[in-house]
Amino acid sequence: MYLLALDWWLILEKCLLVAVVVALSFFIAMYTTYAERKVAAWLQDRRGPNRAGPFGIFQPLADGGKLFFKEEIIPLASSRFLFILGPSMAMLTALLTSAVIPWSTPMHLFGRNISMQIADINIGILYVFGVVSLGVYGILVGGWASNNKFSLLAAIRGASQMISYELAMGLALIAVLMMTGSLQMSVIVQNQVQHGWHIIYQPLGFVIFFVCALAECNRTPFDMAECENELNFGYHQEYSSMKLGFYLFAEYINMFISSAVMVTLFFGAYDIPFVNEASWGLNANWLAIIGFIVFLAKTFFFLFVFIWIRWTIPRFRYDQLMNLGWKKLIPLALANMIVTAVVMLLLKK
Amino acid sequence: MNITQIIFWILSVVALFSALMVITARNPVYSVLWLIATFFSISGHYILLNAQFLAIVNIIVYAGAIMVLFLFVIMLMNLNKESEPRKHRLLKLAGAVSGGSLLLVLVAALRDTDLKHEHALVNEGNIGLIQNLGKELFSTYTVPFEISSVLFLSAMVGAVVIGKKE
Repeated sequence: MYLLALDWWLILEKCLLVAVVVALSFFIAMYTTYAERKVAAWLQDRRGPNRAGPFGIFQPLADGGKLFFKEEIIPLASSRFLFILGPSMAMLTALLTSAVIPWSTPMHLFGRNISMQIADINIGILYVFGVVSLGVYGILVGGWASNNKFSLLAAIRGASQMISYELAMGLALIAVLMMTGSLQMSVIVQNQVQHGWHIIYQPLGFVIFFVCALAECNRTPFDMAECENELNFGYHQEYSSMKLGFYLFAEYINMFISSAVMVTLFFGAYDIPFVNEASWGLNANWLAIIGFIVFLAKTFFFLFVFIWIRWTIPRFRYDQLMNLGWKKLIPLALANMIVTAVVMLLLKK
Repeated sequence: MNITQIIFWILSVVALFSALMVITARNPVYSVLWLIATFFSISGHYILLNAQFLAIVNIIVYAGAIMVLFLFVIMLMNLNKESEPRKHRLLKLAGAVSGGSLLLVLVAALRDTDLKHEHALVNEGNIGLIQNLGKELFSTYTVPFEISSVLFLSAMVGAVVIGKKE
């Protein structure tokens, strides 16, 4: 079916893929909230949510329903349009990143090769950075529109934190890019399938990237934007009902997507270590499904680490956070980059 | 009309409309947000020309970093409609004259360009891809590239020095 010189089956295929990925992100984010409460309970020797359904597995549904039925309050002195725009932008930027993640190997269905990646653009990583740098606006706009000094302070804190940590994140990634010689996500994954995961060559780069990812997601120990004890509730103090839910939910989607990005960049995405899946003689579709399960398993591990860190490490002070970002992580990332460059030059790769 | 033309017209309308909104919006925060929309539509134009690197860097640097700083300053200064000072009539006149002269210069510069025989390469040409761009920058344009990087470094050092002043 060609119309306007476009392959509409391709568009349909991509739309379906987008719908699946967005639905999956929502579903996983929902159950990450449950996992967070269960893991917290486990670490603190409690039981956690156990009333809604067996083991409390319907708790996220109950929480979501509760948020929908709460009274919606828009402060009179706020700028109404921006007040609604804030949470929408937070959610939008959280979901956008998933477009370049290679979820699995291609599938072969209905006589078509269907790539399990929404868009394999040749600026893949830069796209991720573009979206991450836009993530600031959700917090900034929402915090300002609330017309509340605590919200504004928290928004400015959150935004400056995100800008600061973006730098170190980018520098940590340059080393990986030098090794692959491409910004395309699929090439980066292929390079890891052939030569081993990047975590082996870039352990320091991964640690820096991980710390920055914590800061970018506003997770403890860097959740300066929502310090309960100094800023009441942070940038979403004036929000209620599902608009608050959007902010909280966007954080979990961010966690899921950034775990997926880390798996893609450093842990070989859908690759199973030490075995060559291609030699099993399985159908391409089965391989794709296995690859997808492996990808999700790795991602869930990182989600667990995110939660584990939250309930283990106390929050930083704001000046400590800035010191760590500018005076420790950036020089470390620069050193990592230079060492990688020198070693690559010596090995003449 | 093919799909590229349709996208081109949509992007152009969005770019012009949001650029107009930047200067007509009363609230400076809205101005900044409209400016971000303008940057996005311009990035769309870059993508139509297959200059992907330029498009994404435009978003990262302008929409993602510089506009955030603009927002910071505007939010911290708490500029509202009520507190906006009334400008003197002479000042408005001066603004109109200088803006008009800029328009004159632009029109004069563009008047002699041959637009009929210059066609934009849409959806083709790979000079805008990051690999070719990098090679060009580090071979043909090495000296200007390095000079501009030194310029940035000096600006950074200057910012740190000013920031350190008590």
